[in-house]
Amino acid sequence: MPSTRDIRRRIKSVKNTAQITKAMQMVAAAKMRKAQLAAVVGRPYAELMNEVLAQASVGTAAFEHPLMAVRPVKKRAIILVSSDRGLCGGLNSNLFREVVKFDKNTTLYITAGRKAAQFVARTKRPLAAEFTYKDTPPFAEGRAISKFAQELFLSGEVDAVDILFSKFVSTLVQQPKVIPFLPVGKIAPVTAGINAPATQAPASAAGSDTFEFEPDEQTVLGELLPHSLNFQMHQILLEAKASEQSARMVAMKNATDNAKQIIKDLTLEYNKLRQANITKELLEITTAQMAVG
Amino acid sequence: MAATLKIEVVTPEARAFSSDVDMVTLTGVEGDMGILPGHMPLMTQLVAGEIVMRRGSETIYYAVGDGFVQVTAQKVAILTDMAVAAENIDETKAQEALDRAQARLAQKLSEEETAAVEASIAHATAQLKVKRISRK
Repeated sequence: MPSTRDIRRRIKSVKNTAQITKAMQMVAAAKMRKAQLAAVVGRPYAELMNEVLAQASVGTAAFEHPLMAVRPVKKRAIILVSSDRGLCGGLNSNLFREVVKFDKNTTLYITAGRKAAQFVARTKRPLAAEFTYKDTPPFAEGRAISKFAQELFLSGEVDAVDILFSKFVSTLVQQPKVIPFLPVGKIAPVTAGINAPATQAPASAAGSDTFEFEPDEQTVLGELLPHSLNFQMHQILLEAKASEQSARMVAMKNATDNAKQIIKDLTLEYNKLRQANITKELLEITTAQMAVG
Repeated sequence: MAATLKIEVVTPEARAFSSDVDMVTLTGVEGDMGILPGHMPLMTQLVAGEIVMRRGSETIYYAVGDGFVQVTAQKVAILTDMAVAAENIDETKAQEALDRAQARLAQKLSEEETAAVEASIAHATAQLKVKRISRK
């Protein structure tokens, strides 16, 4: 039977925990809003790039690029995008469950985020490179990862590259998702923003105007293709960040709620115990009085 | 109607500039070009450098990185990885970045790093150049 003092101490400690988780929830909420905003500001860029891509590919029917080469897949690389820190619920463990589905012996890993690197090292999987990215990842960080993957592919070291990341479905739901990165099957429009509909270049712009290219279509398209991949990687980092922050926010909200429930239960127990003690003391006093009198 | 060109400068991180102007001068892979309203549709690559825009009597300078330009009769769209307005350029910072990048270039670097350093040199040089021109 714990004494009232023990219970009081426990209440205090749980209260402190609740305060911390509450603060973390607030921080995550603010960061989530920022991450979502960052994903949206890339939209005009994506629209414009799609337009240029569409126009460029109209002029070049039989366009070939080394990044589009389809080879039989003997070895593949996975770009694993996780968070840097924990305390975000099942986000990373859900992600890593997907990782296990790939064959250990024919897969190479490129990681973004500290948790992914730790996981790959712990499970003794081959790690090709380790990248980190900030809370609001600048374009250069996405570009670095994408460039590395493109080089692996072009050098023939791997025959396909996939990206595994947490897709932002809603604030409450994040889904681990694998999307193919290389080879580029067909030139698809890139989307920016979370759950944004694919922005199609207006048909008029793609068809009616015939564009002059300088120096020529092949060169422009050849330059544009790796660029659009870089941008795609950048958008994925932004989305993974938004997923991470919303997962953390929800996890911390649950923690705060649980702590509050425990405080309530403990307070009830504390009051019961206190009352029992008072009753016991009263009984003792009256019995003593009766014995004397 | 006085013809104007709608210009849009976008980077992956923001829409840097959007306005109606009378003329745009920019650096393409095949040299500088001036674009006036009614230009023929053109698509080209942009080289790190400056873009100069005339709006009435006002001249606007921007330092830009590598990218792509799409020109139509009424519109110029510029996709680039960097765009900084002349008045926002910090000369000392750009100079520092340039010095740092050049110092790094002197060391042995992998191909990937060299490319990154060269890009930052191009950015810094463009910024310094724009700052100098805009002061004249």
